[in-house]
Amino acid sequence: MTANGWFQIGFYFLLIVLIARPLGIYMANVFERRKTFLDPVLAPIERLLYRLTGVEADKEMRWTEYAIAMLFFSAVSMLLVYLIERVQQWLPLNPQHWPAVPAALALNTAASFTTNTNWQSYVPETTMSYLTQMAGLAYHNFTSAAVGIALAIALVRGISRRERDTLGNFWVDTTRAILWVLVPISIVLALALVSQGVVQNLRPYDTAHLLESQKVVSQDASGKSTTQTITTQTIAQGPVASQEAIKELGTNGGGFFNTNSAHPFENPTPFSNLLEMLAIFAIPAGLTVTMGRMTNSPLHGWAVFAAMGILFFAGVTTAYWAEARGNPLMHGAAQQVSATQAGGNMEGKEVRFGVANSALFATATTDTSCGAVNGMHDSFTPLGGMVPLVNMMLGEVIFGGVGSGLYGMLIMVVLSVFIAGLMVGRTPEYLGKKIEAYDIKMCMLYILIFPLLILCFTGVTVLLPHLGLSSLANTGPHGLSEILYAFTSTAANNGSAFAGLNANTNYFNLTLAFVMLSGRFLMMVPMLAVAGNLARKKIAPASAGTFPVTTPLFTILLVGVIVIVGALTFFPALTLGPILEHLLLYAGKTF
Amino acid sequence: MRKQLITACLFTLVTTILLGLGYPLGITALAHILMPAKADGQLIMKDGVVIGSKLIGQPFTGPGYFNSRPSAAGIGYDAANSSGSNLGPTNASLIARVAQSVQAWHTREANYGNAQTDVPIDLITTSGSGLDPDITVAAAEYQVAEIAHVRDLPQDQLEQLLRAHIESRQFGFLGEPRVNVLELNLALDRMAAEHKQP
Repeated sequence: MTANGWFQIGFYFLLIVLIARPLGIYMANVFERRKTFLDPVLAPIERLLYRLTGVEADKEMRWTEYAIAMLFFSAVSMLLVYLIERVQQWLPLNPQHWPAVPAALALNTAASFTTNTNWQSYVPETTMSYLTQMAGLAYHNFTSAAVGIALAIALVRGISRRERDTLGNFWVDTTRAILWVLVPISIVLALALVSQGVVQNLRPYDTAHLLESQKVVSQDASGKSTTQTITTQTIAQGPVASQEAIKELGTNGGGFFNTNSAHPFENPTPFSNLLEMLAIFAIPAGLTVTMGRMTNSPLHGWAVFAAMGILFFAGVTTAYWAEARGNPLMHGAAQQVSATQAGGNMEGKEVRFGVANSALFATATTDTSCGAVNGMHDSFTPLGGMVPLVNMMLGEVIFGGVGSGLYGMLIMVVLSVFIAGLMVGRTPEYLGKKIEAYDIKMCMLYILIFPLLILCFTGVTVLLPHLGLSSLANTGPHGLSEILYAFTSTAANNGSAFAGLNANTNYFNLTLAFVMLSGRFLMMVPMLAVAGNLARKKIAPASAGTFPVTTPLFTILLVGVIVIVGALTFFPALTLGPILEHLLLYAGKTF
Repeated sequence: MRKQLITACLFTLVTTILLGLGYPLGITALAHILMPAKADGQLIMKDGVVIGSKLIGQPFTGPGYFNSRPSAAGIGYDAANSSGSNLGPTNASLIARVAQSVQAWHTREANYGNAQTDVPIDLITTSGSGLDPDITVAAAEYQVAEIAHVRDLPQDQLEQLLRAHIESRQFGFLGEPRVNVLELNLALDRMAAEHKQP
């Protein structure tokens, strides 16, 4: 570990703190339909969009109507991306002439992008046409993020409103999230990324003539070896920057290329890396401020922000420490820090980022539901790789996905307030709203669906040698980690992977698609039910027995509840995976 | 219900045109007006043909060039098939591969009087993308003696060339210092050519 490494991590978080407030206040203005500086440009587009699509902008929706609109929109847009994938060979902007995407893979990918997961069972540069990436995949990066924001805003309205039946209009919230928040920031970010070298073109792949031609010896099945001379390199191109910007900003994470933000055309410089990491945290961090504003309790927003910050630092510290230690089994390798190298475990990492920025990126991308990677998590040390896994297991509430992070966190807040109420023997209240049996039932449904998906599917998969275990690239405890990671990542709608697992099989494509859809929509509906129920309640004046949700005590309780719920659920699985692997690594055992 | 479904269809259609076509094509146009070379991948031309991209690593494995890192992309540095090795830290084939690379470097460098025993870690590990254009300064210095010998160049001149090609941390503190292997080797070729014709 180096002082510069820590400085970069601290500097990154400082920028997030600075961005959160202005962005949060701006978003509060956007969703309360107050004036913003972008209105002269965007208001006419907004009106035209409502006219074309038949949205009655002033008609508010009950939670059930809100949920139905959300489900219809998700279903229709998912169907469209599936169709685009299946007929891409007949559509324009396919210079490499990629054929139709096979059905199971197309379904998995459609589910993946609609649910903001961006799990990728495919190698994009050898599967997807430019049109599919632009109009199918990057399109969902906008809409799935906007839907997440809309739902979070609906929950915040549920908390702040009194004796009302409605939560706002789904179409209006989604439209405003797209036009006022996602599009303007994406345009600026995309151009900033191009300035760093992220490509943005519609060219066919280029062919470069190598400076030093290579002799490659390969063996065929019969053991006969043949020598090939390689003199050229094919360089994949594409409209990357536009997708890269919204991929991070919407915490989607689906790479334009197979290796995502490790690929030099997606993330060429340390500054592009910083921009991408800032984009990942910006909206989720800002939404805590938005929530504070809209509930008239700015300090509550910051108390939630602080809880997220504590968990973030716990993760990044562990990951950086573990990766900087290196791999004890690599003898004869200089892994220690020196004046000329950063050292550490460099398998699966890029030189321009080193261990500090790789650990930071891995933490940020899994704290949120982003899932972009700038190094291969599968090759992290056992404890370094456990950090992304645990971040996701905590339910993607450490800033979390855009929108989904905030509503996930607010569910944990309701649970914390409930536990605090039990401890003092009073009916729990949250910002003046009595928390009752129905609310807690819905919260528990939200909390329990998640581990149920992960543990059941992981358990079943490790019992299937031909369908499950045959896809593993690594055996021993690391193999369990690969499967556990896959189902955790998809249930949490994260999308990063221990990428050694070959997930492009019918079994994994279909089960993972089911888990992604369940992990999104089965959790959104009870959350909206809580929002609808809270909106109907009266506000009771605070009394001496009210547990304040603006204090450090509240922050500590919230962190405690998140860690305990996560640990109680997943500790046994983690013991058999990364923890066991760590012990065996230092005992010198390989698999 | 029916009305919501119609709105969902229309909304999908209109936003697909706006976000799926308008936005990326607009950015493509803007990028080509403002920064055409960067938008197209900073391709390096020599005698009218593309010989690589500044950002994409190339395989260099033989003596006489600064070697790049091992790569797990296709058969090595396949820029149409990016990939990491995805081998876990306790994977026996990873540990064996690294041990083999260490052995190979030791054998090779011993011939040129390089007494350093520990090989810089990036020279024996594959990168995340398989296309890493860079090596660390340590990895480049490790190879100087060999290249000076093979290319018959004075070692101090070579070290000077290397120092001129170190990219420091961006803005003084971001990322890690590094050396772009393709650019360094192109400069090496130029230097060797000048050296031959006094």
